[in-house]
Amino acid sequence: MAALTPISRKPMSVVLPTVALAGAFAGMFVGAGNGSIPLGILGGAVLMTGLAWVFINVLKNEQMARWITILAFGIAGILLSGPMGGVLGLLGGWFFAWFIYWLYEGRYRQKLLPYLTAKQVFYHYLFRVICGAIFVFLITPILVVLPLSFNAQDFFTFTPEMLRLDPEGYSLKHYRDFFTNNEWQRSFKNSLIIAPIATVISVSLGTLAAIGLSQSHVPGRRAIMGILISPMIVPLIISATGMFFFYSDIGRFLEGTLGMNKNFVGYLKVILAHAVLGIPFVIITVTATLVGFDRSLTRAAANMGAGPVRTFFSIQMPLILPGVISGGLFAFITSFDEVVVVLFVGSASQKTLPWQMFTGLREQISPTILAVATILVVLSIGLLATVELLRRRSERLRGLSPA
Amino acid sequence: MKPTKTLLTAAALATAAGSLSAEEMTIVSWGGAYSNSQLKAYHEPYSEKTGVTILNDDSSAEAVAKLRAMNEAGNITWDVVDVVAADAIRLCDEGLAMEIDPDTMLAAAPDGTSAADDFGDLLVSDCFIPQIVYSTTFGYRTDMVGDTPPTDICAVFDLETYPGKRSLEKRPINNMEWALLCDGVAKDDVYSVLETPEGQDQALAKLGTIKDSVVWWSAGADTPQLLADGEVVMGSTYNGRLFSVIEEQKQPVAMLWDAQVFDLDGWIIPAGLSEERQKRALDYIMFATDTQRLADQAKYISYGPARASSAPLVGQHADLGIEMSPHMPTDPENAKNTFLYNYEFWADYRDDIDAKFQAWLAQ
Repeated sequence: MAALTPISRKPMSVVLPTVALAGAFAGMFVGAGNGSIPLGILGGAVLMTGLAWVFINVLKNEQMARWITILAFGIAGILLSGPMGGVLGLLGGWFFAWFIYWLYEGRYRQKLLPYLTAKQVFYHYLFRVICGAIFVFLITPILVVLPLSFNAQDFFTFTPEMLRLDPEGYSLKHYRDFFTNNEWQRSFKNSLIIAPIATVISVSLGTLAAIGLSQSHVPGRRAIMGILISPMIVPLIISATGMFFFYSDIGRFLEGTLGMNKNFVGYLKVILAHAVLGIPFVIITVTATLVGFDRSLTRAAANMGAGPVRTFFSIQMPLILPGVISGGLFAFITSFDEVVVVLFVGSASQKTLPWQMFTGLREQISPTILAVATILVVLSIGLLATVELLRRRSERLRGLSPA
Repeated sequence: MKPTKTLLTAAALATAAGSLSAEEMTIVSWGGAYSNSQLKAYHEPYSEKTGVTILNDDSSAEAVAKLRAMNEAGNITWDVVDVVAADAIRLCDEGLAMEIDPDTMLAAAPDGTSAADDFGDLLVSDCFIPQIVYSTTFGYRTDMVGDTPPTDICAVFDLETYPGKRSLEKRPINNMEWALLCDGVAKDDVYSVLETPEGQDQALAKLGTIKDSVVWWSAGADTPQLLADGEVVMGSTYNGRLFSVIEEQKQPVAMLWDAQVFDLDGWIIPAGLSEERQKRALDYIMFATDTQRLADQAKYISYGPARASSAPLVGQHADLGIEMSPHMPTDPENAKNTFLYNYEFWADYRDDIDAKFQAWLAQ
């Protein structure tokens, strides 16, 4: 992007305090890692102010100043805490060298509109920093899990070998355990049986309900909607307790009176319970897409001789498909993640992946759980990305611009 | 329509899977290394011998609550349940576990000693078939205690010599007894002191001296993780967990056996099973609690077998090849100073002291 605003150098009275503040903030973390937080804050502030002063008044060569900072920080990082610290040091050095000149040269104004006041410029960047912080806050817990799942030890610990980036400290044994251990494989299979079937049921029933409830002549629409959505609002543990007793009776009837297979009934109970939990998501997303659906299209279809079923499948369904698919995704994830209800309703032969992870966490903190979590994270990212790509493709094909 | 077809296929699959393994039983246990030792020592040989498929359910931690709910709903899905002795006593009192006659339902020792004599005092309830003796004891980081490793339980309360955090179980049992022992109460008087409100306050006051340095745990896996991380300098947990940390994971941790508290773990059979399932459960119990099987379990985990006749048969660890007897809580070297957990006392006072302890924790 071309420069919008001519830039000018800033006075030291602005640059030095800002740099000192940033240095103190970074110093706080370094200090926390090495024993003393106040010392880190003070050291960071002094160091950064000194660097900025030297660069601007003595060195006067930006290229060289940058390389010096990056190398010095990298070496300091290695001395403080090994190769891992070195990598962090290099990144920190790169950032601070850039930051000092960015401030001093006034580059931060370059890409903004010329008439913005200082306050507006400040808020512009503050907003970005806050967004970045929220992003870090949301993502870090997931990222921490990834390297830990390659731990060579059986604990949730970053071992000294791992921090030294020593290959000895890493291993695939937890992944091997997941793929060879019977208990994990059985629960993975159960999840793959239960979640898709529950999703199909939720999607069919939820879509029908949403279409029905969007007709203006249905009496007590709001009340029905409230009841159908209640599984999402009622605390899960309460639904689970209720379902336990409800499905116990049904199960006894099916097994005892009708003589059905015990395992089949077990799966049926869990699938139905999960379908109930998934339905609200489908209703909500489909109802939302139906708001934008033009009713005259169905009347036009009827006018041309199509029956209601045909109208539904060839006119309405393709148009509300994005809502149905995202509802289905939510329903799938709900069932795939669910641990409370299955603990109550299921028996040992229906043990799902989250159940196995839950007992694994409680009884033995094994990094196999982290390996599974990593696989699931990668799978979910893949799944969501695929659906999003498909959605954009279909919108492109239909001549809409992607939302 | 498509969904119906999927459902029908699934139904057919499930039915097929079910009919293949008609002989199936669900055994409930604690999970982790403990379930694994049972799998190797009991389940696998039993399946091989009889063709019965065994399903594991790691729900022992909530066995009492779940059995109550199952009983109320009339839908008992468990066949054999592994519980600690205190839970077995409660379940027996509530009529949720069936009574066992040791002479007809359990195997006699190889030398002909009756099962009742072989288990001896460990048969603490009419419904309970003891399996192992375990102890709750302390482990400490060898690299965090300087040149004077602790040998005495009171090191837990000594913040000056052993600064740092310690992990204790988030319940009064064991902690109250240890506190009194280290506050000058004689071992024999601990429970008579603990009966009085003043005694309870005394124990809590002693615990209060280290309260700020305590990490409270609720799952057996917590202390091993905390010790491995170096988050705590010492912590209590079950001795088998510490064995695994020290010998299998090679962490710089050592045992402090002083004033270890013995407890029992074993089987119960839920009351109200159908005749066929009860017969199978009893057959399993007869097999899994004989002298050889109990000794076999000690190959995989360092808990002492509950039968007197099994002790001489305890051999080496299955993978590590080390002698297991020095790691048993019952080994004379380790059992120099042990503390006997008083079931009756805790059955009577547990609710009161629990409430007091929780209130104290929240202060």
